[in-house]
Amino acid sequence: MVTTVLFFLLAGLAISCAGLTVYYRNPLYSALSLIGVFISLSVLYLTLAAPFIAITQILVYAGAIMVLVIFVIMLLNLDEEKPLNRLRHLYAIGGGLGLAMLAQAFFIFYAVLKTPKHVVDTESNVGSTMSIGTHMYTEYLLPVEIVGVMLLMAIIGAVMLVRKDTNASIEAAAEKETND
Amino acid sequence: MESVIKTAFPFIVYSVAILLAFQGVLMIVAYTVLGERKILGWIQGRIGPNRVGPWGVLQPFADLFKFILKEDIAPDKSTKVVFYMAPLVALTCALLPIVVYPFGPPIEDPIGWLVPYLPAIPFAGETNFVAWLAEQAKGMRLTIARLDVGVLYVLGITSVGVYGIALAGWSSNNKYSLMGGLRSSAQMISYELAMGASIIGVVMLAGSLDLHEIIWAQGHSTFKWYIVPQFVGFVVFLISAFAETNRVPFDLPEAETELVAGFHTEYSALKFALFFMAEYVNMFTVSVMVVTLFLGGWYIPGLTHIFEYGSIPYALVSHVGFLLKIFFFLFLYIWVRGTLPRFRFDQLMSFGWKFLLPVAIGNVIVTTIVVYFMNR
Repeated sequence: MVTTVLFFLLAGLAISCAGLTVYYRNPLYSALSLIGVFISLSVLYLTLAAPFIAITQILVYAGAIMVLVIFVIMLLNLDEEKPLNRLRHLYAIGGGLGLAMLAQAFFIFYAVLKTPKHVVDTESNVGSTMSIGTHMYTEYLLPVEIVGVMLLMAIIGAVMLVRKDTNASIEAAAEKETND
Repeated sequence: MESVIKTAFPFIVYSVAILLAFQGVLMIVAYTVLGERKILGWIQGRIGPNRVGPWGVLQPFADLFKFILKEDIAPDKSTKVVFYMAPLVALTCALLPIVVYPFGPPIEDPIGWLVPYLPAIPFAGETNFVAWLAEQAKGMRLTIARLDVGVLYVLGITSVGVYGIALAGWSSNNKYSLMGGLRSSAQMISYELAMGASIIGVVMLAGSLDLHEIIWAQGHSTFKWYIVPQFVGFVVFLISAFAETNRVPFDLPEAETELVAGFHTEYSALKFALFFMAEYVNMFTVSVMVVTLFLGGWYIPGLTHIFEYGSIPYALVSHVGFLLKIFFFLFLYIWVRGTLPRFRFDQLMSFGWKFLLPVAIGNVIVTTIVVYFMNR
């Protein structure tokens, strides 16, 4: 009973925040609404007995990524009112993608309705930190390593992009490396 | 009626517990402010506040009334909604970690000793309501919520606390505020990394993210307190904790010689008081984390020889010990504020990224190897 009420409350909050994210013209308000989405999702995970995922959601998305997004918005100091006439064709793409998402959501509803209901084992420790860690580093070790390498590549790419070295010095360094 | 009372009972207990914990922490925080002014006074050869009440003990309340009664000003061109929201975000994120503080060890039978002395009160369908209460209170934990991921919870909530400061700086429409907000977000993001990495060593030794499990594991380890095997982690955590709470020598976001008052330049009256409270509650939270992770929390080695584990005096002495350890770190904060000058911003950044983070990661690697060979 309580969980049902909580679910509809949080789901409603998440959906309305997501709507506001798209609705606001001011990028900062959009970012704040997105944080609202993340926080309501995280509480939803808590009600589903997955505290680790809930906290990770807060820690990674609300606490790190969105802080960087807001940081950038604050630095850029965007103008508030900009004409929206340009890039009309983006509306069509956006509408198409939105329809695809909607279809996907209805497909998920349909699939969930079709699957037979089975009793949830409340005693199991599926969502606990220990079980997630164990599975991540045994059963799913390869995907974790691949993701790790990909993140490292992204970091190295970012570092390379902001390097102030001229082409000549990079070439000199590469030459020196090949000579060694 | 009976069932209603019994169903509502846990909610009543939790409400009382939350009220007690929040009130207690806020009172300690209020007196930390007074203690800070007194100690800073002594360090600087002054007396400190001594007018309100004997020895100035009523000063925190006088300050509070002053904050409430002052005029509440919002700048004309500020973004009002965000401007009013920012202090609330800051204080909420500061207060939420209180929920997982491990205030003390569990008490096996807290009110059972009272039952023989009290008359049997028939209430809510029970012939003796006190006996029923005593039965319910068995195994009482001195904490509001015991989370499987307590450490991550505290880290996550404090990382959300950056928004309070960043939004305050942005919405004030003031260049000094904006610079303060930007500095603080950059600083907190940078030092969060070192902070998280310094905790990993402790988590690996304890094998859990639960604050109570970590305290328990420290009692069973050979060193008793993790400050011994994790000294590097302790130092890194302490330094990044100073940076996370924007305290001297890392108080760049409100460096008064450069930025007037930083992110809270435009804030007055109660809104400023909320930021002020948030800062001190954050100090308390960080002290709780240091004590829990590195100094055994409420655990005092050898106390089981005097009192039985789970008895009331054991819990009381442990709780007092826990608070004393926290007070030491609060004192350290004030002591450092009175003695050290401020960093320059580029020094702060390079110190965080080029020194603290590598040291913390090195600590993680060494601890991993040691734990691996210990568990073989």
